[in-house]
Amino acid sequence: MANKESNSYIFMYSTILVVVAAAVLAVAAVGLKPFQKKNQEIEKMQQLLTAAGIDNDAKTAENIYKECFKQELAVNKKGLQVSVYENGKLTKGDIRPFDIELAKELAKGDEAMLPVYICKHDGKTIYVVPVYGTGLYGPVWGNVAIAEDLNTVVGVLFDHSGETPGLGAEITNPKFREQFAGKQIFDNGEVKLAVVKGNKTDEKFQADAVTGATNTSNGVSNMLKNCLSNYIEYFKTLKTE
Amino acid sequence: MANNLKLIKNPLSKENPIAVQVLGICSALAVTTQLKPAVVMALSVTVVVVLSNVIVSLLRNTIPSRIRIIVQLVIVSMMVILVDQFLKAFVYDVSKQLSVFVGLIITNCIVMGRLEAFALANKPLPSLLDGIGNGLGYAVILIIVGFVRELLGQGSLWGYKVIPECFFEAGYVNNGLMTMPAMALILVGVIIWIHRSRNKDLCEK
Repeated sequence: MANKESNSYIFMYSTILVVVAAAVLAVAAVGLKPFQKKNQEIEKMQQLLTAAGIDNDAKTAENIYKECFKQELAVNKKGLQVSVYENGKLTKGDIRPFDIELAKELAKGDEAMLPVYICKHDGKTIYVVPVYGTGLYGPVWGNVAIAEDLNTVVGVLFDHSGETPGLGAEITNPKFREQFAGKQIFDNGEVKLAVVKGNKTDEKFQADAVTGATNTSNGVSNMLKNCLSNYIEYFKTLKTE
Repeated sequence: MANNLKLIKNPLSKENPIAVQVLGICSALAVTTQLKPAVVMALSVTVVVVLSNVIVSLLRNTIPSRIRIIVQLVIVSMMVILVDQFLKAFVYDVSKQLSVFVGLIITNCIVMGRLEAFALANKPLPSLLDGIGNGLGYAVILIIVGFVRELLGQGSLWGYKVIPECFFEAGYVNNGLMTMPAMALILVGVIIWIHRSRNKDLCEK
């Protein structure tokens, strides 16, 4: 390669450089994937535990999760169980409910498989269901923990990918989350739980929106309505049992 | 050898990338609310600047000058993505806290600045030392700012409470302003002030 500044040298040089860079990154991405996946799973367990009001941190989450969440289900909109994972084994269906990506399932309409996590803690049964919706700038998601009466909220947890810090991002703030505890969800077979701005007309079903974050708050409200209504049929089957 | 030692020592004080060259300020403001992310960020930047310095220095005689900036950018981005992947795999909580700022190391002026100013014209060993020196110079400032901000803003260090409860009972309150980026800028200003008053030759005439 005689001339460093010739076009052919520059083409060759840049091609080799990017191919080498891509190869290095591909190897790193594949090699580190298992560790990263583990971290994401632990984060998901932490979010489920936190929604159910169980103390945990990154180190203990996995064990506490195994202890409390002995049963994971996936149900369809008709209320039928399509997948069951109990005591570390998949006993029905072909995907562990924990591994279901809710966002993809919701897009499938009536075919959707909806996870339900059943937690036994302090002698009580808590049903935790994941929720997913849209905020102002991107997706918002979370978990809603429901008490044995299948109507009272035990706790919630929300997360987001890109809401404004200090405004929309405040949905992750414990102060916002804690007001949900004790609220009722269903009334006459409809989801009445909502986030409202200003005057609450029904304390039993409504939580205060975040000031200055109307769109994110509406997003959370719609998310609760859309996702929780999918479980109405399933909860009916539980009640008749 | 004396020259090599200078490469590490100078960026710590007389040629400090933040306090004297005023580079990399953006990230210094954003990630210093607590000590831990500040230290992880400082380490990440050090690793990136050291590795890219060495690679660029090894390649310096082959890089066509017309595309040298792009070549440097590819190398820096590769290092940054690697660091980001490692953080996600091994210190997940910190990587969430640092969020976009790890990716933004690519645009950290210190990294590109050292490649252009030093690695392109020097052998790998001095480039390595220069990278370490500048990384440490950046780290020193980040750690000082992170230390002060976490201590006064949240009453803790590395996440552990260090200000005893009895202080709070006696009426002590954490300074909320310390958790704001503006306060980091003021702290960096104070550091520059003290630094220059001790090194008069740095003052502009």
